[in-house]
Amino acid sequence: MARRDYSLLGPDGARAVETGLAAAEWYHTDVPRKVMKELMQRSDQPAIRDTILLYGCMIGFASAGIALWGSWWCVPFWLAYGVLYGSASDSRWHECGHGTAFKTAWMNNAVYEIASFMIMRNSATWRWSHARHHTDTYIVGRDPEIAIMRPPAFVKLIGSFFGIPEVIDFFPRMIRNALSGPTAEERSFVPQSEWGKVQRVALVYLAIYAATVGLALWMQSILPLMVIGLPRLYGAWHHVMTGLLQHGGLADNVIDHRLNSRTVLMNPISRFIYWNMNYHVEHHMFPMVPYHALPRLHETIKHDLPSPNRSIPEAFAEMWPALRRQLAHEDFFLRRDLPPGAKPYREDFHRAALGEMPDALPAE
Amino acid sequence: MPQWIRACATDDVDEEDLIRFDHGGATYAIYHSPEGDFFATAGLCTHENVHLCDGLVMGHLIECPKHNGQFDYRTGEARRAPVCVNLRTFPVKVEGADVFIEVP
Ligand code: FES
Repeated sequence: MARRDYSLLGPDGARAVETGLAAAEWYHTDVPRKVMKELMQRSDQPAIRDTILLYGCMIGFASAGIALWGSWWCVPFWLAYGVLYGSASDSRWHECGHGTAFKTAWMNNAVYEIASFMIMRNSATWRWSHARHHTDTYIVGRDPEIAIMRPPAFVKLIGSFFGIPEVIDFFPRMIRNALSGPTAEERSFVPQSEWGKVQRVALVYLAIYAATVGLALWMQSILPLMVIGLPRLYGAWHHVMTGLLQHGGLADNVIDHRLNSRTVLMNPISRFIYWNMNYHVEHHMFPMVPYHALPRLHETIKHDLPSPNRSIPEAFAEMWPALRRQLAHEDFFLRRDLPPGAKPYREDFHRAALGEMPDALPAE
Repeated sequence: MPQWIRACATDDVDEEDLIRFDHGGATYAIYHSPEGDFFATAGLCTHENVHLCDGLVMGHLIECPKHNGQFDYRTGEARRAPVCVNLRTFPVKVEGADVFIEVP
C-alpha cells in the first residue's frame, strides 16, 4: 500500500468513500435481542455514584494541593488531581458524549460539557468527530481520531503522555474557532447547523482561560493554572496510556472491530479513571451498552473475540514492538487469533472494498 | 396510491420495543409504546443508513444503535445529536391481533 494520507480531505478518504469502505456495515457478534436489550438498559445510579466520587476526590486533592502549596507535600495531591482532571475527563467526555453514562439527558450533557473543557476539546466539534470515529473506525482519511498514524511518530506519542501536542494544537484552534467558527477540515464532519455553537463554545473556553491567566498574573503565582489548564499536561499520562492501547498496532482499513480494537483487563483504579473503556472491542461493536454493563457484555460475547490482554503491561508488550515494526513496514499489523468456534474474520468485506489488502506480516 | 398492509401481530413486538418490517423494497420500524399503542417510522436512521431495529426504545424515544442519536418515534422528531433530520412516520391501525401500516 502507498503511504497513508490521514487528511480528511485527502485521497485516501476519497478512495474509502468510492470503494464503500467508508460508512460500511461492520461485523457484529450475534447476541439475542432480549439479552442485548437488558445490556443496553440505562441507569443514573452508577454514574451518579462515580461522578460524586470523581468530583469529590478532585475537590479534596486540589484543596490539599493548595493548602500545602510551597512544600513538597503538595506534589502527590497535585499528581492525583492531575490524573482525574487530565485523564478521567477523557472517559467522561467519551461516555457522556455517547449519552449512555446516565439515563437522564441533562446529566450526560452537564458532565460532557465539563469534561470537554477539562480535556481541551471543543464540545460542539468533538461530538461529531467521535460519531465519525464510530462510523469509520481507523479507516485512513475518514477517522479524525486515529491516535497512532503510520509510521508511528514516537516523539509525538511520548509528548502526548504530557499532553504537549494536543495542547499546542488546542489553543490556536480555540482562538481560530472563537474568531471564525470551525476550520475547513472541521466543517467536513460538523453539520452547518452546529458551526455557530462551535464558535460560542470556543468563546466560553477562551473567557475561562483568560480569567485564569489573569488571576495567575494578579496573584503572581501559577497556582490558579495548577487547578485549571496545567493538569491537562501533568495528568494526561493515564488516558494516553490506556487510549493508545485501544487500537495501537492493530489493523486499519478493516470493518471488523475484532481486527482493529483491543480489550485489556486492568486494575480497578484504572478502570474507574477509564470508565471501563478497556472493553474496547465490546464498546465499538455495541456502543449502546453503557460503561457499567461492559463487563457483562464482555462475558456474553468473549467466545467470539480474540482473548483480551490480561494487564496494561502485557498489552504494551504486545503493542510497542508492533509499532516499532510499523516504522519500517507501514503495512504491518497484529492479527490476533480467534478462539475456536468464533466466527472467522470477515476479511472478504474489506478486501472487496479495498481491492487488495496486505496480510499481516508474521510477528517478530 | 397509499395502501394499508399488515406489518405484524400485536404480540410480535414487546412493549417498549420495536421490530423491523420490510415491504416493497422499503424498510420500516414498528414500535409498541409503554402505553400499549403502536407506531411506525422509516426503518433507517436519518444520520447514516443504519437499521433502527437494533436500537433501544426508552419511553417514546428510539435510540439509534450506531451513534446514539434519538428520535421521538410518535412524531419522528430528531431529539439528540448526531441526528438532525426528522424520521418519516406512517399511520398505524390495529385490527384484532394485527398491526397495519399505511405505506405510500
Ligand atoms: S446512524 Fe443513527 S445516529 Fe448515526
